Amino acid sequence: MSSVPDTAVVIDREELARARRQRYERIGRWVLPIIVVVLTVFAWDRICVINEIPHYILPRPGLVLQTLIKDFPILLSALLVTLQTTLLALTVAVLGGVGLAVLFTQSKFIEMSFYPYAVILQVTPIVSIAPLIFIYVDSKIAGLLICAWIVAFFPILSNTTLGLNSADHNLRDLFNIYGASRWQRLRFLQLPSALPYFLGGLRIAGGLALIGSVVAEYVAGTGGIGSGLAFTILEAGYRLNIPRMFAALLLIAATGVVIFMALSFLSHMMLRKWHESALKREG
Amino acid sequence: MTLATGGAAENSGAPQNGEKILSLTEVTKVFNGDLVALNGMSLEVRQGDFISLLGPSGCGKSTALRLIAGLIHPTAGRIEWAGGQGTGDLGVVFQEPTLMPWATVAQNVWLPLRLRGKSYGSVKDEIMEALRLVGLEKFLESYPRELSGGMKMRVSIARALVTRPRLILMDEPFAALDEITRHKLNNDLLQLRAKTGCTVIFVTHSVFESVFLSNRIVVMAARPGRVIRELQVAQPYPRDEDYRTSADYAAHCREASDALHAAMGEAA
Repeated sequence: MSSVPDTAVVIDREELARARRQRYERIGRWVLPIIVVVLTVFAWDRICVINEIPHYILPRPGLVLQTLIKDFPILLSALLVTLQTTLLALTVAVLGGVGLAVLFTQSKFIEMSFYPYAVILQVTPIVSIAPLIFIYVDSKIAGLLICAWIVAFFPILSNTTLGLNSADHNLRDLFNIYGASRWQRLRFLQLPSALPYFLGGLRIAGGLALIGSVVAEYVAGTGGIGSGLAFTILEAGYRLNIPRMFAALLLIAATGVVIFMALSFLSHMMLRKWHESALKREG
Repeated sequence: MTLATGGAAENSGAPQNGEKILSLTEVTKVFNGDLVALNGMSLEVRQGDFISLLGPSGCGKSTALRLIAGLIHPTAGRIEWAGGQGTGDLGVVFQEPTLMPWATVAQNVWLPLRLRGKSYGSVKDEIMEALRLVGLEKFLESYPRELSGGMKMRVSIARALVTRPRLILMDEPFAALDEITRHKLNNDLLQLRAKTGCTVIFVTHSVFESVFLSNRIVVMAARPGRVIRELQVAQPYPRDEDYRTSADYAAHCREASDALHAAMGEAA
Protein backbone atom coordinates (compact mmCIF):
# COMPACT_ATOMS: atom_id res chain seq x y z
CA MET A 1 0.00 0.00 0.00
CA SER A 2 1.28 3.48 -0.83
CA SER A 3 2.02 6.03 1.88
CA VAL A 4 -0.95 8.13 0.78
CA PRO A 5 -4.04 6.31 2.01
CA ASP A 6 -6.71 5.76 -0.61
CA THR A 7 -9.87 6.71 1.23
CA ALA A 8 -11.92 4.11 -0.55
CA VAL A 9 -9.90 1.14 0.66
CA VAL A 10 -8.72 2.20 4.10
CA ILE A 11 -9.55 -0.63 6.45
CA ASP A 12 -8.07 -0.24 9.89
CA ARG A 13 -7.21 -3.02 12.28
CA GLU A 14 -10.47 -2.74 14.16
CA GLU A 15 -12.51 -3.16 10.98
CA LEU A 16 -10.43 -6.19 10.01
CA ALA A 17 -11.00 -7.76 13.42
CA ARG A 18 -14.72 -7.09 13.12
CA ALA A 19 -14.90 -8.68 9.69
CA ARG A 20 -12.96 -11.69 10.95
CA ARG A 21 -15.22 -12.06 13.97
CA GLN A 22 -18.30 -11.91 11.75
CA ARG A 23 -16.86 -14.58 9.44
CA TYR A 24 -16.10 -16.88 12.39
CA GLU A 25 -19.60 -16.37 13.76
CA ARG A 26 -21.16 -17.24 10.41
CA ILE A 27 -19.19 -20.45 10.14
CA GLY A 28 -19.59 -21.29 13.82
CA ARG A 29 -23.36 -21.02 13.67
CA TRP A 30 -23.46 -24.12 11.46
CA VAL A 31 -20.30 -25.98 12.31
CA LEU A 32 -20.46 -25.89 16.11
CA PRO A 33 -23.85 -27.60 16.57
CA ILE A 34 -22.84 -30.26 14.02
CA ILE A 35 -19.61 -30.97 15.88
CA VAL A 36 -21.45 -31.24 19.19
CA VAL A 37 -24.05 -33.63 17.74
CA VAL A 38 -21.37 -35.80 16.14
CA LEU A 39 -19.40 -35.92 19.40
CA THR A 40 -22.53 -36.79 21.41
CA VAL A 41 -23.48 -39.63 19.08
CA PHE A 42 -19.91 -40.91 19.11
CA ALA A 43 -19.78 -40.82 22.93
CA TRP A 44 -23.15 -42.60 23.10
CA ASP A 45 -21.80 -45.34 20.82
CA ARG A 46 -18.56 -45.70 22.82
CA ILE A 47 -20.44 -45.88 26.15
CA CYS A 48 -22.59 -48.72 24.78
CA VAL A 49 -19.55 -50.65 23.55
CA ILE A 50 -17.23 -50.09 26.52
CA ASN A 51 -19.86 -50.91 29.14
CA GLU A 52 -21.25 -53.76 27.01
CA ILE A 53 -24.79 -52.39 27.43
CA PRO A 54 -27.31 -54.78 25.79
CA HIS A 55 -29.39 -53.27 22.95
CA TYR A 56 -32.65 -53.82 24.85
CA ILE A 57 -31.39 -51.37 27.52
CA LEU A 58 -29.61 -48.78 25.38
CA PRO A 59 -29.22 -49.45 21.66
CA ARG A 60 -26.23 -48.11 19.78
CA PRO A 61 -26.95 -45.14 17.48
CA GLY A 62 -26.32 -47.29 14.41
CA LEU A 63 -29.03 -49.71 15.48
CA VAL A 64 -31.49 -46.86 16.05
CA LEU A 65 -30.81 -45.63 12.54
CA GLN A 66 -31.26 -49.14 11.14
CA THR A 67 -34.57 -49.49 12.98
CA LEU A 68 -35.67 -46.12 11.74
CA ILE A 69 -35.13 -47.29 8.18
CA LYS A 70 -36.46 -50.82 8.69
CA ASP A 71 -39.61 -49.76 10.57
CA PHE A 72 -40.15 -46.67 8.51
CA PRO A 73 -43.55 -47.72 7.07
CA ILE A 74 -44.97 -48.27 10.59
CA LEU A 75 -43.36 -45.15 11.97
CA LEU A 76 -44.43 -43.00 9.04
CA SER A 77 -48.10 -43.90 9.37
CA ALA A 78 -47.90 -43.23 13.11
CA LEU A 79 -46.14 -39.94 12.44
CA LEU A 80 -48.85 -38.89 10.01
CA VAL A 81 -51.54 -39.57 12.63
CA THR A 82 -49.72 -37.50 15.26
CA LEU A 83 -48.97 -34.77 12.75
CA GLN A 84 -52.59 -34.62 11.71
CA THR A 85 -53.76 -34.19 15.31
CA THR A 86 -51.08 -31.58 15.91
CA LEU A 87 -51.90 -29.46 12.87
CA LEU A 88 -55.65 -29.71 13.45
CA ALA A 89 -55.19 -28.72 17.09
CA LEU A 90 -52.95 -25.82 16.06
CA THR A 91 -55.53 -24.63 13.55
CA VAL A 92 -58.30 -24.75 16.13
CA ALA A 93 -55.98 -23.07 18.66
CA VAL A 94 -55.34 -20.23 16.22
CA LEU A 95 -59.05 -19.78 15.51
CA GLY A 96 -60.01 -20.09 19.18
CA GLY A 97 -57.11 -18.04 20.52
CA VAL A 98 -57.47 -15.17 18.05
CA GLY A 99 -61.27 -15.29 18.27
CA LEU A 100 -61.26 -15.09 22.05
CA ALA A 101 -58.59 -12.37 22.01
CA VAL A 102 -60.69 -10.25 19.64
CA LEU A 103 -63.74 -10.82 21.83
CA PHE A 104 -61.74 -9.85 24.93
CA THR A 105 -60.56 -6.58 23.40
CA GLN A 106 -64.05 -5.70 22.21
CA SER A 107 -65.43 -5.87 25.71
CA LYS A 108 -63.55 -5.45 28.97
CA PHE A 109 -66.40 -7.24 30.74
CA ILE A 110 -66.08 -10.37 28.63
CA GLU A 111 -62.36 -10.36 29.34
CA MET A 112 -62.88 -9.92 33.07
CA SER A 113 -65.44 -12.73 33.08
CA PHE A 114 -63.63 -15.35 31.06
CA TYR A 115 -59.92 -14.68 31.35
CA PRO A 116 -59.65 -16.62 34.65
CA TYR A 117 -61.01 -19.71 32.88
CA ALA A 118 -58.36 -19.44 30.21
CA VAL A 119 -55.69 -19.23 32.91
CA ILE A 120 -57.13 -22.20 34.82
CA LEU A 121 -57.18 -24.29 31.65
CA GLN A 122 -53.58 -23.34 31.03
CA VAL A 123 -52.15 -24.03 34.49
CA THR A 124 -53.92 -27.36 35.05
CA PRO A 125 -51.63 -30.11 33.76
CA ILE A 126 -53.14 -31.71 30.69
CA VAL A 127 -52.37 -35.26 31.90
CA SER A 128 -54.74 -34.71 34.80
CA ILE A 129 -57.62 -33.47 32.62
CA ALA A 130 -57.10 -35.87 29.71
CA PRO A 131 -58.56 -39.01 31.38
CA LEU A 132 -61.76 -37.11 32.13
CA ILE A 133 -61.98 -35.82 28.59
CA PHE A 134 -61.71 -39.35 27.24
CA ILE A 135 -64.51 -40.45 29.57
CA TYR A 136 -66.89 -37.75 28.39
CA VAL A 137 -65.92 -37.59 24.73
CA ASP A 138 -66.70 -40.69 22.71
CA SER A 139 -64.64 -39.92 19.64
CA LYS A 140 -60.94 -40.59 20.23
CA ILE A 141 -59.96 -38.06 17.60
CA ALA A 142 -62.14 -35.37 19.15
CA GLY A 143 -60.64 -36.14 22.57
CA LEU A 144 -57.10 -35.89 21.21
CA LEU A 145 -57.94 -32.61 19.54
CA ILE A 146 -59.44 -31.12 22.69
CA CYS A 147 -56.36 -32.06 24.73
CA ALA A 148 -53.92 -30.64 22.20
CA TRP A 149 -56.06 -27.52 21.83
CA ILE A 150 -56.15 -26.84 25.57
CA VAL A 151 -52.37 -26.91 25.68
CA ALA A 152 -51.82 -24.89 22.52
CA PHE A 153 -54.39 -22.11 22.56
CA PHE A 154 -53.23 -20.14 25.60
CA PRO A 155 -50.03 -18.61 24.23
CA ILE A 156 -51.95 -17.48 21.16
CA LEU A 157 -54.74 -16.02 23.28
CA SER A 158 -52.49 -14.16 25.69
CA ASN A 159 -50.05 -12.92 23.05
CA THR A 160 -52.79 -11.79 20.67
CA THR A 161 -54.65 -10.02 23.48
CA LEU A 162 -51.46 -8.21 24.40
CA GLY A 163 -50.87 -7.32 20.75
CA LEU A 164 -54.40 -6.03 20.15
CA ASN A 165 -54.05 -3.79 23.20
CA SER A 166 -50.62 -2.47 22.28
CA ALA A 167 -51.61 -0.36 19.29
CA ASP A 168 -49.96 3.07 19.37
CA HIS A 169 -52.15 5.36 21.50
CA ASN A 170 -51.67 8.32 19.16
CA LEU A 171 -52.90 6.15 16.29
CA ARG A 172 -55.92 5.24 18.39
CA ASP A 173 -56.61 8.94 18.88
CA LEU A 174 -56.23 9.48 15.15
CA PHE A 175 -58.76 6.72 14.44
CA ASN A 176 -61.16 8.37 16.92
CA ILE A 177 -60.72 11.79 15.33
CA TYR A 178 -61.51 10.36 11.90
CA GLY A 179 -64.56 8.63 13.31
CA ALA A 180 -63.42 5.07 12.67
CA SER A 181 -65.92 2.32 13.43
CA ARG A 182 -65.15 -0.52 15.82
CA TRP A 183 -64.62 -2.84 12.87
CA GLN A 184 -62.31 -0.38 11.09
CA ARG A 185 -60.24 0.06 14.23
CA LEU A 186 -59.90 -3.71 14.58
CA ARG A 187 -59.16 -4.31 10.92
CA PHE A 188 -56.76 -1.44 10.17
CA LEU A 189 -55.13 -0.83 13.53
CA GLN A 190 -55.43 -3.56 16.14
CA LEU A 191 -54.99 -6.67 14.00
CA PRO A 192 -51.85 -5.37 12.22
CA SER A 193 -50.43 -4.21 15.57
CA ALA A 194 -51.08 -7.66 17.02
CA LEU A 195 -49.51 -9.59 14.14
CA PRO A 196 -45.93 -9.78 15.55
CA TYR A 197 -47.26 -10.81 18.97
CA PHE A 198 -49.58 -13.39 17.43
CA LEU A 199 -46.75 -14.90 15.41
CA GLY A 200 -44.61 -15.13 18.55
CA GLY A 201 -47.44 -16.98 20.27
CA LEU A 202 -47.90 -19.21 17.24
CA ARG A 203 -44.30 -20.41 17.41
CA ILE A 204 -44.79 -21.46 21.03
CA ALA A 205 -48.18 -22.97 20.28
CA GLY A 206 -46.77 -25.12 17.45
CA GLY A 207 -44.50 -26.97 19.84
CA LEU A 208 -47.19 -27.17 22.50
CA ALA A 209 -49.73 -28.63 20.06
CA LEU A 210 -47.29 -31.47 19.37
CA ILE A 211 -46.71 -32.04 23.08
CA GLY A 212 -50.46 -31.91 23.70
CA SER A 213 -51.28 -34.50 21.08
CA VAL A 214 -48.46 -36.85 22.21
CA VAL A 215 -49.56 -36.61 25.86
CA ALA A 216 -53.18 -37.18 24.85
CA GLU A 217 -52.18 -40.25 22.85
CA TYR A 218 -50.42 -41.66 25.92
CA VAL A 219 -53.53 -41.18 28.01
CA ALA A 220 -55.92 -42.40 25.32
CA GLY A 221 -53.76 -45.41 24.61
CA THR A 222 -55.34 -45.95 21.23
CA GLY A 223 -54.53 -49.36 19.80
CA GLY A 224 -54.57 -50.86 16.33
CA ILE A 225 -54.73 -48.94 13.12
CA GLY A 226 -54.67 -45.19 13.17
CA SER A 227 -52.62 -44.68 16.31
CA GLY A 228 -49.86 -42.15 16.61
CA LEU A 229 -46.20 -42.02 17.58
CA ALA A 230 -46.87 -41.98 21.31
CA PHE A 231 -48.68 -45.27 21.08
CA THR A 232 -45.85 -46.68 18.98
CA ILE A 233 -43.47 -45.78 21.80
CA LEU A 234 -45.73 -47.34 24.45
CA GLU A 235 -46.20 -50.51 22.45
CA ALA A 236 -42.50 -50.82 21.67
CA GLY A 237 -41.80 -50.37 25.39
CA TYR A 238 -44.06 -53.26 26.32
CA ARG A 239 -42.16 -55.43 23.85
CA LEU A 240 -38.77 -54.16 25.01
CA ASN A 241 -38.18 -52.96 21.46
CA ILE A 242 -35.97 -50.14 22.71
CA PRO A 243 -34.45 -49.28 19.30
CA ARG A 244 -37.93 -48.56 17.93
CA MET A 245 -38.69 -46.39 20.97
CA PHE A 246 -35.62 -44.35 20.17
CA ALA A 247 -36.52 -44.16 16.50
CA ALA A 248 -40.02 -42.90 17.31
CA LEU A 249 -38.60 -40.43 19.81
CA LEU A 250 -36.22 -39.15 17.18
CA LEU A 251 -39.13 -38.61 14.81
CA ILE A 252 -41.14 -36.67 17.41
CA ALA A 253 -38.18 -34.41 18.15
CA ALA A 254 -37.52 -33.87 14.45
CA THR A 255 -41.20 -33.05 13.90
CA GLY A 256 -41.08 -30.47 16.67
CA VAL A 257 -38.01 -28.84 15.16
CA VAL A 258 -39.57 -28.78 11.68
CA ILE A 259 -42.78 -27.20 13.03
CA PHE A 260 -40.78 -24.56 14.87
CA MET A 261 -38.67 -23.78 11.81
CA ALA A 262 -41.70 -23.62 9.52
CA LEU A 263 -43.48 -21.19 11.85
CA SER A 264 -40.34 -19.10 12.28
CA PHE A 265 -40.05 -18.89 8.51
CA LEU A 266 -43.71 -17.92 8.20
CA SER A 267 -43.19 -15.25 10.84
CA HIS A 268 -40.14 -13.88 9.06
CA MET A 269 -41.92 -13.73 5.72
CA MET A 270 -44.92 -11.90 7.16
CA LEU A 271 -42.90 -9.33 9.10
CA ARG A 272 -39.81 -8.83 6.97
CA LYS A 273 -41.08 -5.67 5.31
CA TRP A 274 -41.68 -3.64 8.45
CA HIS A 275 -41.09 -5.20 11.85
CA GLU A 276 -37.94 -4.59 13.90
CA SER A 277 -37.53 -8.29 14.69
CA ALA A 278 -37.17 -9.19 11.02
CA LEU A 279 -34.91 -6.34 9.96
CA LYS A 280 -31.19 -6.62 9.42
CA ARG A 281 -29.22 -3.74 10.85
CA GLU A 282 -26.12 -2.46 9.10
CA GLY A 283 -22.85 -2.12 10.98
CA MET B 1 -39.18 32.69 -2.49
CA THR B 2 -42.27 32.56 -4.65
CA LEU B 3 -45.13 34.89 -4.01
CA ALA B 4 -47.85 33.38 -1.89
CA THR B 5 -51.16 32.82 -3.59
CA GLY B 6 -54.59 32.21 -2.20
CA GLY B 7 -56.91 34.34 -0.14
CA ALA B 8 -55.63 33.10 3.19
CA ALA B 9 -52.10 34.24 2.53
CA GLU B 10 -53.20 37.71 1.49
CA ASN B 11 -55.19 38.11 4.65
CA SER B 12 -52.44 36.87 6.86
CA GLY B 13 -51.27 39.26 9.47
CA ALA B 14 -54.74 40.71 9.45
CA PRO B 15 -56.72 37.75 10.77
CA GLN B 16 -59.75 39.85 11.60
CA ASN B 17 -60.59 39.70 7.89
CA GLY B 18 -60.83 35.93 8.02
CA GLU B 19 -64.09 34.12 8.49
CA LYS B 20 -64.59 32.62 11.94
CA ILE B 21 -64.38 28.81 11.89
CA LEU B 22 -64.07 27.81 15.53
CA SER B 23 -64.63 29.43 18.88
CA LEU B 24 -63.79 28.34 22.40
CA THR B 25 -65.77 30.09 25.12
CA GLU B 26 -64.59 29.90 28.71
CA VAL B 27 -63.52 26.28 28.24
CA THR B 28 -62.47 24.52 31.42
CA LYS B 29 -61.28 20.95 31.82
CA VAL B 30 -60.91 19.32 35.21
CA PHE B 31 -59.42 15.85 35.51
CA ASN B 32 -60.13 13.58 38.46
CA GLY B 33 -62.31 16.20 40.11
CA ASP B 34 -59.42 18.34 41.32
CA LEU B 35 -56.76 18.67 38.63
CA VAL B 36 -57.57 21.81 36.65
CA ALA B 37 -55.82 21.19 33.34
CA LEU B 38 -57.34 24.18 31.61
CA ASN B 39 -59.16 27.11 33.15
CA GLY B 40 -61.54 29.37 31.25
CA MET B 41 -59.85 29.43 27.87
CA SER B 42 -61.44 31.55 25.17
CA LEU B 43 -60.18 31.62 21.62
CA GLU B 44 -61.56 32.54 18.23
CA VAL B 45 -60.01 30.82 15.27
CA ARG B 46 -60.44 32.48 11.89
CA GLN B 47 -59.81 31.17 8.43
CA GLY B 48 -56.11 31.51 7.56
CA ASP B 49 -54.91 31.91 11.14
CA PHE B 50 -51.67 30.34 12.26
CA ILE B 51 -52.06 30.29 16.03
CA SER B 52 -49.29 29.11 18.32
CA LEU B 53 -50.11 27.93 21.82
CA LEU B 54 -46.91 28.75 23.67
CA GLY B 55 -46.21 27.81 27.24
CA PRO B 56 -44.29 25.66 29.73
CA SER B 57 -45.24 22.03 30.22
CA GLY B 58 -48.40 21.56 32.21
CA CYS B 59 -49.99 24.77 30.90
CA GLY B 60 -52.82 22.86 29.25
CA LYS B 61 -51.82 23.43 25.64
CA SER B 62 -52.08 19.74 24.78
CA THR B 63 -55.34 19.53 26.74
CA ALA B 64 -56.67 22.41 24.64
CA LEU B 65 -55.70 20.53 21.50
CA ARG B 66 -57.36 17.32 22.65
CA LEU B 67 -60.50 19.28 23.50
CA ILE B 68 -60.61 20.86 20.06
CA ALA B 69 -59.98 17.44 18.49
CA GLY B 70 -63.01 16.13 20.37
CA LEU B 71 -60.98 13.41 22.09
CA ILE B 72 -62.09 14.77 25.46
CA HIS B 73 -64.99 17.03 26.33
CA PRO B 74 -64.95 20.25 28.35
CA THR B 75 -66.05 20.23 31.98
CA ALA B 76 -67.47 23.69 31.42
CA GLY B 77 -67.63 26.13 28.51
CA ARG B 78 -68.36 25.64 24.84
CA ILE B 79 -66.44 24.65 21.73
CA GLU B 80 -68.33 25.62 18.61
CA TRP B 81 -67.57 25.06 14.95
CA ALA B 82 -69.05 27.54 12.55
CA GLY B 83 -71.53 25.55 10.50
CA GLY B 84 -71.07 22.40 12.60
CA GLN B 85 -68.26 19.88 12.45
CA GLY B 86 -67.93 17.01 10.04
CA THR B 87 -65.31 14.27 9.97
CA GLY B 88 -62.38 15.43 7.90
CA ASP B 89 -62.77 19.02 9.07
CA LEU B 90 -59.79 18.34 11.24
CA GLY B 91 -56.26 17.19 10.47
CA VAL B 92 -53.91 16.25 13.28
CA VAL B 93 -50.12 16.01 13.49
CA PHE B 94 -48.74 14.56 16.70
CA GLN B 95 -45.39 14.96 18.38
CA GLU B 96 -44.38 11.61 16.93
CA PRO B 97 -44.95 10.85 13.23
CA THR B 98 -47.49 8.20 14.37
CA LEU B 99 -47.40 6.24 11.13
CA MET B 100 -48.55 2.67 10.74
CA PRO B 101 -45.24 0.78 10.34
CA TRP B 102 -46.89 -2.05 8.41
CA ALA B 103 -48.25 0.27 5.72
CA THR B 104 -46.52 2.10 2.90
CA VAL B 105 -46.33 5.89 2.73
CA ALA B 106 -49.26 5.98 0.29
CA GLN B 107 -51.36 3.70 2.48
CA ASN B 108 -50.63 5.84 5.52
CA VAL B 109 -51.76 8.97 3.72
CA TRP B 110 -54.81 7.09 2.44
CA LEU B 111 -55.94 6.26 6.00
CA PRO B 112 -58.26 9.23 6.76
CA LEU B 113 -60.05 8.72 3.45
CA ARG B 114 -60.06 4.96 3.81
CA LEU B 115 -61.83 5.32 7.15
CA ARG B 116 -64.52 7.23 5.26
CA GLY B 117 -64.97 4.27 2.96
CA LYS B 118 -63.03 5.63 -0.02
CA SER B 119 -61.20 3.08 -2.15
CA TYR B 120 -57.56 3.73 -2.98
CA GLY B 121 -58.27 4.13 -6.69
CA SER B 122 -60.91 6.78 -6.16
CA VAL B 123 -58.65 9.03 -4.06
CA LYS B 124 -55.27 8.34 -5.65
CA ASP B 125 -55.10 11.91 -6.98
CA GLU B 126 -55.73 13.42 -3.54
CA ILE B 127 -53.05 11.18 -2.01
CA MET B 128 -50.55 12.12 -4.72
CA GLU B 129 -51.40 15.81 -4.30
CA ALA B 130 -50.87 15.67 -0.53
CA LEU B 131 -47.53 13.88 -0.97
CA ARG B 132 -46.47 16.36 -3.63
CA LEU B 133 -47.19 19.21 -1.21
CA VAL B 134 -44.69 17.78 1.26
CA GLY B 135 -42.24 16.76 -1.47
CA LEU B 136 -42.51 13.01 -1.01
CA GLU B 137 -44.23 11.97 -4.22
CA LYS B 138 -41.31 9.65 -5.04
CA PHE B 139 -41.67 7.69 -1.80
CA LEU B 140 -45.15 6.32 -2.42
CA GLU B 141 -44.18 2.69 -1.91
CA SER B 142 -41.62 3.17 0.88
CA TYR B 143 -42.20 1.90 4.38
CA PRO B 144 -41.87 4.36 7.29
CA ARG B 145 -38.74 2.63 8.59
CA GLU B 146 -36.95 3.49 5.35
CA LEU B 147 -37.49 7.22 5.93
CA SER B 148 -35.64 9.75 8.08
CA GLY B 149 -37.33 11.43 11.05
CA GLY B 150 -38.04 14.56 9.04
CA MET B 151 -39.51 12.60 6.15
CA LYS B 152 -41.77 10.63 8.49
CA MET B 153 -43.05 13.95 9.84
CA ARG B 154 -43.77 15.07 6.27
CA VAL B 155 -45.82 11.92 5.69
CA SER B 156 -47.70 12.70 8.87
CA ILE B 157 -48.40 16.23 7.59
CA ALA B 158 -49.51 14.87 4.20
CA ARG B 159 -51.93 12.57 6.00
CA ALA B 160 -53.37 15.55 7.88
CA LEU B 161 -53.72 17.51 4.62
CA VAL B 162 -55.32 14.80 2.52
CA THR B 163 -58.87 15.47 3.66
CA ARG B 164 -58.43 19.22 2.98
CA PRO B 165 -59.36 20.01 6.57
CA ARG B 166 -60.67 23.39 7.76
CA LEU B 167 -58.26 23.25 10.66
CA ILE B 168 -54.99 21.45 11.32
CA LEU B 169 -53.86 20.76 14.87
CA MET B 170 -50.15 20.28 15.44
CA ASP B 171 -48.89 19.11 18.82
CA GLU B 172 -45.19 20.01 19.01
CA PRO B 173 -44.62 18.22 15.72
CA PHE B 174 -40.96 19.15 15.30
CA ALA B 175 -39.83 18.96 18.92
CA ALA B 176 -38.04 15.64 18.43
CA LEU B 177 -36.17 16.72 15.30
CA ASP B 178 -32.72 18.25 15.03
CA GLU B 179 -32.34 22.02 14.60
CA ILE B 180 -31.49 21.91 10.89
CA THR B 181 -34.41 19.67 10.00
CA ARG B 182 -36.71 21.76 12.17
CA HIS B 183 -35.79 24.97 10.36
CA LYS B 184 -36.31 23.29 7.03
CA LEU B 185 -39.70 21.94 8.06
CA ASN B 186 -40.73 25.32 9.48
CA ASN B 187 -39.97 26.94 6.12
CA ASP B 188 -41.81 24.18 4.30
CA LEU B 189 -44.78 24.49 6.60
CA LEU B 190 -45.13 28.18 5.75
CA GLN B 191 -44.94 27.37 2.03
CA LEU B 192 -47.61 24.75 2.54
CA ARG B 193 -49.74 27.29 4.31
CA ALA B 194 -49.31 29.69 1.40
CA LYS B 195 -50.25 27.01 -1.13
CA THR B 196 -53.24 25.55 0.68
CA GLY B 197 -54.43 28.47 2.78
CA CYS B 198 -54.84 26.08 5.68
CA THR B 199 -55.61 27.22 9.20
CA VAL B 200 -53.31 25.88 11.90
CA ILE B 201 -53.22 25.64 15.67
CA PHE B 202 -49.66 24.83 16.62
CA VAL B 203 -48.57 23.77 20.08
CA THR B 204 -44.94 24.53 20.90
CA HIS B 205 -42.65 25.46 23.73
CA SER B 206 -40.21 27.21 21.42
CA VAL B 207 -40.51 31.00 21.34
CA PHE B 208 -38.51 31.17 18.10
CA GLU B 209 -40.67 28.63 16.33
CA SER B 210 -43.88 30.39 17.34
CA VAL B 211 -42.63 33.81 16.25
CA PHE B 212 -41.39 32.48 12.93
CA LEU B 213 -44.57 30.61 12.08
CA SER B 214 -47.59 32.30 13.52
CA ASN B 215 -49.62 35.47 13.20
CA ARG B 216 -51.08 34.99 16.69
CA ILE B 217 -49.31 33.63 19.75
CA VAL B 218 -51.39 32.55 22.72
CA VAL B 219 -49.13 32.56 25.79
CA MET B 220 -50.23 30.13 28.46
CA ALA B 221 -49.26 29.47 32.08
CA ALA B 222 -49.39 26.35 34.21
CA ARG B 223 -51.15 25.30 37.41
CA PRO B 224 -53.89 25.87 36.52
CA GLY B 225 -53.44 25.86 32.76
CA ARG B 226 -54.73 29.16 31.42
CA VAL B 227 -54.23 31.85 28.79
CA ILE B 228 -52.06 34.75 29.98
CA ARG B 229 -52.12 36.94 26.93
CA GLU B 230 -52.29 36.92 23.19
CA LEU B 231 -49.62 38.49 20.97
CA GLN B 232 -49.99 39.51 17.36
CA VAL B 233 -47.07 38.99 15.01
CA ALA B 234 -47.73 41.62 12.38
CA GLN B 235 -44.97 40.49 10.00
CA PRO B 236 -46.70 39.63 6.70
CA TYR B 237 -46.29 36.29 4.96
CA PRO B 238 -44.38 34.98 3.09
CA ARG B 239 -41.64 34.87 5.68
CA ASP B 240 -38.21 33.49 4.81
CA GLU B 241 -34.71 33.15 6.17
CA ASP B 242 -34.25 36.94 6.06
CA TYR B 243 -37.07 37.30 8.54
CA ARG B 244 -35.31 34.85 10.85
CA THR B 245 -32.38 37.25 11.16
CA SER B 246 -34.32 40.53 11.06
CA ALA B 247 -34.69 43.04 13.87
CA ASP B 248 -38.46 42.61 13.76
CA TYR B 249 -38.08 38.91 14.42
CA ALA B 250 -35.77 39.59 17.36
CA ALA B 251 -38.22 42.15 18.76
CA HIS B 252 -41.13 39.72 18.50
CA CYS B 253 -39.07 36.99 20.13
CA ARG B 254 -38.22 39.36 22.95
CA GLU B 255 -41.86 40.24 23.42
CA ALA B 256 -43.01 36.62 23.43
CA SER B 257 -40.16 35.61 25.69
CA ASP B 258 -41.05 38.34 28.20
CA ALA B 259 -44.69 37.30 28.17
CA LEU B 260 -43.64 33.71 28.73
CA HIS B 261 -41.38 34.66 31.63
CA ALA B 262 -44.15 36.71 33.15
CA ALA B 263 -46.44 33.70 32.78
CA MET B 264 -43.94 31.37 34.41
CA GLY B 265 -43.13 33.84 37.17
CA GLU B 266 -46.82 34.16 37.91
CA ALA B 267 -47.23 30.42 38.00
CA ALA B 268 -44.25 29.78 40.25
